[in-house]
Amino acid sequence: MIWLTWRQFRAQAVVAGAAVVAVAIALLVTGPHLAALFDSNGLATCRAGCGTDASNFINQVKGSKTELVFYGGIFLLYAIPALIGLFWGAPLVSREFEAGTFRLAWNQSVPRARWLAIKLGLIGAAAMATTGLLSLMTSWWASPLYRAAQKAGQNSLSISRLTPPLFSATGIAPVGYAAFAFVLGVTAGVLIRRTLPAMAIALAVFAAIQIFWPGVVRPHLIPPARSVQAMNTANCGGMMVTRGGGFALWSCSVSGLPGSWVLTSQPVNAAGQPVTTSPACVSAQNFEQCLGKHGVRLAVSYQPASRYWAFQWLETGIFLILTAGLGGLCYWRIRRLN
Amino acid sequence: MIWLSWRQFRVQTIVAGAALVVVAIAFAGTGPHLVSLFDNSGLATCRASCSADAHAFIDEVSGSTIQLIFYGSIFLLYAVPALIGIFWGAPLVARELETGTFRVAWNQSVTRTRWIAVKLGLIGLATVATTGLLSLMTFWWASPLYEVAQKAGQNGLSIRKVAPPLFGGIGIVPVGCAAFAFALGVAAGVLVRRTIPAMAVTLVIFAAVQAVMPLLVQPHLIPPVQATAPFNANTADEVVVTQAGSGPLTMILKGDFSRPGAWILENQTITQSGQVFTGPATSACLSISAPPQACNNSLNRLHLRQLVTYQPASRFWPLQWMETGIYFVLAAGLGALCTWRIRQRRA
Amino acid sequence: MTAAIEARGLGKQYGRRWALTDCTLNVPAGHVVGLVGPNGAGKTTLINLSTGMLAPTTGSVTVLGKQPASDPGQLARVGYVAQDTPTYAGFSVEDHLRFGAHMNPAWDNALAQGRVQQLGLDLKQKAGKLSGGQRAQLALTLAIAKRPELLMLDEPIASLDPLARREFLQILMEATADQEFSVVMSSHLVTDLERVADYLIVLVASRIQVAGPVDTLLATHHLLTGPRREAAALPAGQQVITESHTDRQSTFVVRSDEPIHDPAFSVASLNLEDLVLAYMGSAKAGSPHLTLEGTR
Repeated sequence: MIWLTWRQFRAQAVVAGAAVVAVAIALLVTGPHLAALFDSNGLATCRAGCGTDASNFINQVKGSKTELVFYGGIFLLYAIPALIGLFWGAPLVSREFEAGTFRLAWNQSVPRARWLAIKLGLIGAAAMATTGLLSLMTSWWASPLYRAAQKAGQNSLSISRLTPPLFSATGIAPVGYAAFAFVLGVTAGVLIRRTLPAMAIALAVFAAIQIFWPGVVRPHLIPPARSVQAMNTANCGGMMVTRGGGFALWSCSVSGLPGSWVLTSQPVNAAGQPVTTSPACVSAQNFEQCLGKHGVRLAVSYQPASRYWAFQWLETGIFLILTAGLGGLCYWRIRRLN
Repeated sequence: MIWLSWRQFRVQTIVAGAALVVVAIAFAGTGPHLVSLFDNSGLATCRASCSADAHAFIDEVSGSTIQLIFYGSIFLLYAVPALIGIFWGAPLVARELETGTFRVAWNQSVTRTRWIAVKLGLIGLATVATTGLLSLMTFWWASPLYEVAQKAGQNGLSIRKVAPPLFGGIGIVPVGCAAFAFALGVAAGVLVRRTIPAMAVTLVIFAAVQAVMPLLVQPHLIPPVQATAPFNANTADEVVVTQAGSGPLTMILKGDFSRPGAWILENQTITQSGQVFTGPATSACLSISAPPQACNNSLNRLHLRQLVTYQPASRFWPLQWMETGIYFVLAAGLGALCTWRIRQRRA
Repeated sequence: MTAAIEARGLGKQYGRRWALTDCTLNVPAGHVVGLVGPNGAGKTTLINLSTGMLAPTTGSVTVLGKQPASDPGQLARVGYVAQDTPTYAGFSVEDHLRFGAHMNPAWDNALAQGRVQQLGLDLKQKAGKLSGGQRAQLALTLAIAKRPELLMLDEPIASLDPLARREFLQILMEATADQEFSVVMSSHLVTDLERVADYLIVLVASRIQVAGPVDTLLATHHLLTGPRREAAALPAGQQVITESHTDRQSTFVVRSDEPIHDPAFSVASLNLEDLVLAYMGSAKAGSPHLTLEGTR
């Protein structure tokens, strides 16, 4: 059975191996340059007040080919689970249905349940290993960037691994996604029994989950922290004031906690109620100061950067449980067939 | 033959139509909000020195769902050609070859040439129409953003239509891209003769082309403009003193460059002899006790110049037409390859 | 009358292997031609070459006087049902008929509908859900309803039940009798061909062993049984196809244009199956002999 799995999986394994090698070469070629840039900005030895050095470093990377490689790596780790679901998962069982070879495969001395279990197990393990390897390689390559972000301290640079979209492409989360996408593909193949529709539907479902999960589910995995901080546009990307005195703030970060994932930020008055207009301050010299004098502060709910690994383990665990559930569905369905 | 193309393409048409409707609804739901933001910001009537309002508008939009939708639509316009290549292109001929139905199809009273020509033509048309519609909807939805970028003027906002990654995801380039991906898929199906390997081959080649285009081809479609300007302390954007290992302290100087919306290929600070300045850091800039004016004066005395190689924003449409043209030529070539191969009688 | 199939030195090579070697044929129109041979002999290759699915490596073939599949008119004159009768799994029976109607100007819808009704096929049923025999019937309907002059069938009746087989062969015979309609049917079930074929081509190991009208072949081939004698001892006009000997007895299958008057031997005629088996056996044994052109 192991031989059979390998024999039918050969081509995909070779392609995966070649892809991993290609990525490794690309990262090896560009990695030292990034590390050298890190050192030459004095960030290796810097202990405190590294903000300007870190900013310089990031500015040097921005707009260069290195930045393209970084985003390429992120994109790759988004694409790999989807491709695994598409090319490894969906055809696994549906090809056997389409070609009629399931009649051959399921009449050997290996019961269907075992056939499915070994295939899911071996190829699922290969999927997780490939993705894990790629995640490891890209993390190693990008570590100067993350360390610079850490050392930047108060000047939080826009490299926070906890925020989407970086979260889904770093750490162990992609491994969970890969396993899930793979079994999702297999399930689609078992239920639909034709390869192309199974591929399309698995892709659509997986994409939908990836789009909605970070906004809908992930913020609530751990109850967010809340704090009320001074109304200070230094903490926010910007503020817009309309003629009627309405105002709103955007891209606010949490003061003192760089790299946090801000979920909501809302100006509140002294009693804690949301405030969106302040007609009294429209004509004030300094709109912010006026708001502050009126007791308006900013209430933020956020997830601190320190929770990054907690979220990674939680999310990977959830996706592995979903994977197991789908695997069970496949198993039940295959036993009930014909 | 038209009936056959439709009958075999039914499901894909419905899926495409449904997807377009979903996207249209998403745009229709958020479009008016964007428009009202634009109107409220006073930018609609602003004629000059709008940059403060523009900045406020951009700040408001940054980090909000609107930015997400904008980048999502760009991503979609990159993804759709790839999906068309693997789901519409690769199976077109490969499935017939795999299931043996080509023996039925090529023995009706229709020559193979006509069979492939009508299929390529009709589904190619559907490809162009779908992607074109998508691009049009995105363009309509995002027009407030583009107007703001224009009016922001000197403070060039980061909506550079001429530069990757936006360039390949807006305008007519995605349409050409989709035609190319489709033709590539069909050719892969004809040559590889099995559907799933053909899909994989199409994806790999298409991804490679998408990676190569902005790196190697786009910068040189029209020879980029080279501009020099004197470099002095006023135009300096960055003065960074670095030390490589235990070597001498060097200075990296970067000049500010404001051509809003331009795609900057290279920005170098060069000496009078034309070499890139890697020179030693001036002592005035090294010492902490010296006043900043001393450092600035020392920089001015270096008589450096700033050499910028860029594609100006005004070249957006010529570049779009050229790149789309290239994609269509490639698509036509691949279509011809398919036709020739199919006529070759090697069942 | 134009020949149904005319081949000169036709050969097809795949890599190192020759699937068809040096075939020369002149098959007259208006016959039901049986193409027999063991598996892997080259029957499918010959049919594929004749329908324009393949291009020859050597030699040439013309069908109904023109290059196979050279233009839509030629395509309309030749019908083809491939081995394992492919159909579009996602199309219903009705879709297949519509397919045929759209793709063939000479489509006879009444004939197609009548046949489908007669066969009891459900119009809305997807072809992928039909049984093997039903699929074969559907594929045959597609080929026949386009009103071709020449119908090429590659092992078409293998998946039909005996009653369906007999009915189909009946339909074939009637059609051939009505019009200038030729059929080339490949099979390795000679008993079926015996009922309908009036022209025979035996193809073994990529070569044509014998080709000609069945009547002529049966008249010129004889089974000789007699005392033990070597093949070389037989008169020159008698060509030995197979021989077998025991201690005292020899049995020969010979081809002879003239009647045999050897008192030592008892002469019997062969049926088609014996004839075909004789050629298949002799080809295996490797004894060389000429390919015979049937006389008209």
